[in-house]
Amino acid sequence: MSQVAGQGRSFRLAVNLSALALVALWTIPTAGLLVTSFRDKDQISVSGWWTALSASEENIIVRTAPPSSTTFEDGERVLVGQVFEAGAATISAFGVNSRRPTEFAPGETAVRGGALIRVDADGSYRVSGVDPGLDRGTRLFITKRSPPRFTLENYDRVVFSEGLGRSFLNTFTVTIPATIIPILIAAFAAYALAWIEFPGRTLLLAAVVGLLVVPLQLALIPLLQLHNSVGIGKAYLGIWLAHTGFGLPLAIYLLRNFMSALPRDIIESARLDGCTEFHVFRSIVLPLSYPALASFAIFQFLWVWNDLLVATVFLGNTEEQLVMTGRLRELLGSRGGDWEILAASAFVSIAVPLLVFFALQRHLVRGLLAGAVK
Amino acid sequence: MSGLRLNNLCKLYGEIQVLFDISLEIEEGEFMVFVGPSGCGKSTLLRMIAGLETISSGQLEIGGELVNDVPPALRRIAMVFQSYALYPHMTVRENMAFALRIARLPKDQIDAKVLDAARMLELEPYLDRLPKALSGGQRQRVAIGRAIVRDPRVFLFDEPLSNLDAALRVQTRMEIAELKEKLPRTTMVYVTHDQVEAMTLAHRIAVLNAGRLEQVGSPLDLYLRPDNEFVARFIGSPAMNLLPGRITGTGPVTTVALSAGGRLRSSVPSSDDLKGAEVNVGIRPEHLRLSSEPVDGFSGRVHTTEVLGDFTLAYLGADPRSPDAIAKLNGVHEGLKEAEVTLTASPNQVHLFKDGKSLNSRRGEAMESTP
Repeated sequence: MSQVAGQGRSFRLAVNLSALALVALWTIPTAGLLVTSFRDKDQISVSGWWTALSASEENIIVRTAPPSSTTFEDGERVLVGQVFEAGAATISAFGVNSRRPTEFAPGETAVRGGALIRVDADGSYRVSGVDPGLDRGTRLFITKRSPPRFTLENYDRVVFSEGLGRSFLNTFTVTIPATIIPILIAAFAAYALAWIEFPGRTLLLAAVVGLLVVPLQLALIPLLQLHNSVGIGKAYLGIWLAHTGFGLPLAIYLLRNFMSALPRDIIESARLDGCTEFHVFRSIVLPLSYPALASFAIFQFLWVWNDLLVATVFLGNTEEQLVMTGRLRELLGSRGGDWEILAASAFVSIAVPLLVFFALQRHLVRGLLAGAVK
Repeated sequence: MSGLRLNNLCKLYGEIQVLFDISLEIEEGEFMVFVGPSGCGKSTLLRMIAGLETISSGQLEIGGELVNDVPPALRRIAMVFQSYALYPHMTVRENMAFALRIARLPKDQIDAKVLDAARMLELEPYLDRLPKALSGGQRQRVAIGRAIVRDPRVFLFDEPLSNLDAALRVQTRMEIAELKEKLPRTTMVYVTHDQVEAMTLAHRIAVLNAGRLEQVGSPLDLYLRPDNEFVARFIGSPAMNLLPGRITGTGPVTTVALSAGGRLRSSVPSSDDLKGAEVNVGIRPEHLRLSSEPVDGFSGRVHTTEVLGDFTLAYLGADPRSPDAIAKLNGVHEGLKEAEVTLTASPNQVHLFKDGKSLNSRRGEAMESTP
């Protein structure tokens, strides 16, 4: 017996560990994206997101001011200046030769061509004994340490300058009706298929299940032609209808299965209590199907939110109709190297699905039926 | 008017017939129990009365009105389901008020009725709880309360106690009996497979077997005067012993020679033409007693005994799972195991069955000839 229990324990441990590994595998890229979206543009390009909390090192090359701008200090001809703005970073090493860029520590004095060059940690330099005949300043190789910098600039830029804000609204305009309409229709259909006896019920259900396997790509062009010929054209109404149609088979199937698993006694009891079919549906079946409705709502919402294909076909490319996925695609093309823009955009588009999921997941796990029957 | 009249009710599922010509009258205010082994069709019959199953043929009248095609909601009946069938998303109060709300009663009347029922069933403290926060017994009471508030003509119970544990079952059984006393004019139909529930609750019991009505009568009637072997064995525990034999003496007292040896006399009268007929002798285990005189009685070897204090069960025969006979002997009898015993019973407690039907006034046959 204890043998079995021991095996159970180690099995559980293995399960937990693999679950943990999977969670890490799935969340680490997202976490990276999140961190990146808040980082400074320049820091992104020199160090990875996992170093975001530590200072980043960067090698830069600067020239001192030209010798013509020397000043006199204690009767000596010197050049003073700042490598970068004071306070923005510190210097960990510098050099005067491209082969040994980190030769000197800050505060040390390097010698080059008769000139004495000193760079301090705060970025100020002092060159003395410089030949005033030279027309260019001396090259300095600086290893700069910048403190981590987090900013909302990326979001600000993405939402207000890159047009993502408008696309965000457009996506909502598509998503909300495209989630609600199929649920409404499917709930009625599922109730009828589960609890009302009528001839051809099984056949109808089989047809619905059959539609589950039809790839929607097959229907895109004929549907668009239909929309054009009846005068809907490329408009929100069209995409609502399209998403409704594509979502219905799964919705009906899912909800019917859930509803038909409701205890028969409860529904019969309601009929004995004087309910009409509509009343049974509205007062008993619909409230009890809440978990199924919520889980389908999440599915449909996420699918519509992330959809690019259907939106590309049924909506235009104008500012009023471009959805977020379309906007992201455009950004990828025009700003493909700007990670801070892409990361922030990705998070703007993830934020709402995450909110929806966490808001509704309570209903997914809640055993609403507890206590209904013994 | 809330009597029920079942006239030749039949139920078919496709080709399969599950109920055969059930004819039965249930009077207003009567507590009728349908009892039978599982699969005998008793629940189907109840559901037909409720309107949840269609009637294949025959007539069903409630209060003198044909209700074959009346939808369940309009039959003014209430049903308590085995699973309680409470609405899980509604509080106790909402559960009880639901039917009244559907019927669009004024709110103050609904509240009053719900409160009345809750008081009667001692559910007042739980009115605002959800069903999942109640115990099994409380849920059962809510289910009953939900039925009471509707003020139904007929109360239907579908095995309402089978989900409760033993102690609660006894208590709830008594509560149902009390409920019946408080509602003397309400007809109640109760389905169970438990004969104790049937015997203690019923005014009359209808015994069903394989879709047919075997016998209808008061609990004692069924116990004392079973029409046939099925009823004889179904009512009473342990079941009645049936011993094959042949009639050797007829007249006001019938004598039967048992095939396994021994002889028993029965005060069931028999006509001369029955002489030599093959019959089964039925004796309830509790009517058998030990005897020293080997003339009237039969002998056998005790295989196993179960001493329970107030009585002792003795299993005769080679295999205790299908004993030749079981005797329920008063008091403690130790040392009977492996012993050879002689058992007898007084003649007025000995039943005779020919071809499964009781010879006592030939009631079984009389019933068949008058449909």
